[in-house]
Amino acid sequence: MANSDNNRRKFFATTLQSVGLTALGGLLWSGYSDEVKASPLVLRPPGAIKENDFLTACIKCGLCAEACQNRDTNVDKETGLQKEGTLKMAKGGDHRLIGTPYFIPTEVPCYMCEDIPCVPVCPSGALDQLSVSNEKEELDINAARMGLAVVHKESCIAYWGIQCDACYRACPLLGDAITIETQKNDRTGKHAFMLPIVHDDVCTGCGLCEKACVTEKPAIFVLPMDVSKGVAGDHYVKGWDKKDQLRAGDRDLEEIETKTKLSEKPASDYLNTEVEY
Amino acid sequence: MSNIKYLLLRRATQIGLLVLYFGANAYGWHILEGTFGSSLLFGTIPLADPYTTLQVLATGFVLGTDVLLGALIITFFYFIVGGRAFCSWVCPINMVTDLANWLRRKLKLDKEEVNYRFLKRSARYWIMVLGLIVSAVVGIAAFEVLSPITIMQRGIVFGFGAGIAVIIAIFLFDLFGVKNGWCGHLCPLGASYSLIGKASLIRVKHDHEACTNCMECKVVCPENQVLHMINKESISVTDGECTNCGRCIDVCGDDALGFSIRSFGNK
Repeated sequence: MANSDNNRRKFFATTLQSVGLTALGGLLWSGYSDEVKASPLVLRPPGAIKENDFLTACIKCGLCAEACQNRDTNVDKETGLQKEGTLKMAKGGDHRLIGTPYFIPTEVPCYMCEDIPCVPVCPSGALDQLSVSNEKEELDINAARMGLAVVHKESCIAYWGIQCDACYRACPLLGDAITIETQKNDRTGKHAFMLPIVHDDVCTGCGLCEKACVTEKPAIFVLPMDVSKGVAGDHYVKGWDKKDQLRAGDRDLEEIETKTKLSEKPASDYLNTEVEY
Repeated sequence: MSNIKYLLLRRATQIGLLVLYFGANAYGWHILEGTFGSSLLFGTIPLADPYTTLQVLATGFVLGTDVLLGALIITFFYFIVGGRAFCSWVCPINMVTDLANWLRRKLKLDKEEVNYRFLKRSARYWIMVLGLIVSAVVGIAAFEVLSPITIMQRGIVFGFGAGIAVIIAIFLFDLFGVKNGWCGHLCPLGASYSLIGKASLIRVKHDHEACTNCMECKVVCPENQVLHMINKESISVTDGECTNCGRCIDVCGDDALGFSIRSFGNK
């Protein structure tokens, strides 16, 4: 009797111990997994779904990186040898979720291949082919949104008044994703500033501008879309833009009025009324 | 040579597969591309690891059909044919832990049997289930962020980086820590293949008549609890934990062990 009592006690003790240790392991494991997810400044391949979903979906197979590395165009024209591909697979110590593909524009930017070899090979759905396709469902790399280039104007020598249009020239969507805006240079009185302006509805985030930038640390650089974009919020709506008005909740496109009526009262009436406090 | 036949075959398979994976990235071969998580055979047939796939599904993400089909193909293969053969014939970590285990024997680190109170061989099944729960909670395939298996494989294909530390840690753990610590106690991937391969056809069969009870097989076996029939009765090894590595067959001097097709008639 006493023996079976002992056994039972032992059984409960070991069970409790197992459950407790499992819970401990689960907490540590969850904490670690959650931490390694936090790397918001990573540029992903074209067609990558939203970063948080991407981290879930990517099965870390590396097929995209292999397709990028071995694309036909990735050959040194002089030596005939394979060059380093754009996409890298995150290793331990890269401080990005291990095994996921990413690229660093200053090392190898995305050359925006028209056949986009990296996307159709993705087996898991982490790279979405539809997001890099046009209406006819043909691959269209111009639809990619890997990131958005931003200009730090204090270090951009074009903003100093020195003539440089390296980023503008390097841009695969020259004249669309980056345009040059001219402004009078009052300091010299006879020159123009030629300022690079990035347009977020066209820029794919390929990073060729960042690679081409002549300053010591690039004055134009690509950040993930979510990071480089601001959000005006629903309380700021363009009153003159019918489409933008739709953002402000349920509205009928037909009924939206984009002009404000002028007051019918003469200005003098308003100026001469007694002010009441 | 006959006492390392299966060992050589296994190493050839393991290294051969790694060479194919390496060539896919370095030279653009289309024989076996990707990694164990998800691969492409001959540029057309998808393959995927079942446990990795389950982890992603546990997060609630609707995976692409290529991965799902690939996972089914792999599951089917090991379920019908291979048993837990992935662990000893494919997994690169097996080479690391085998080396650690061999060194343990050479350095005579195993003289005293230690009873690891907190680390039973069943721990891996708990870890396997826990991995799915953590995946669901955190929203990320939990084992894949620390799996030494794919870290080692990607290391060979794409470069190691600091990931080499994980491989060294496993080696040290198995050498100075727990005997067969990683593969035999912790690895949830191995646990998943144990479950998948429980009913597979290829099995090691013991011949009680021929056995001289030398126990060499139990010394080399990384999961020696599966060899409970040695010198007792002539039956097949049916435990899912057997990796079909064939080391017991290699070292047996009496021809008392050999691969056979599982017989379902008698037990």
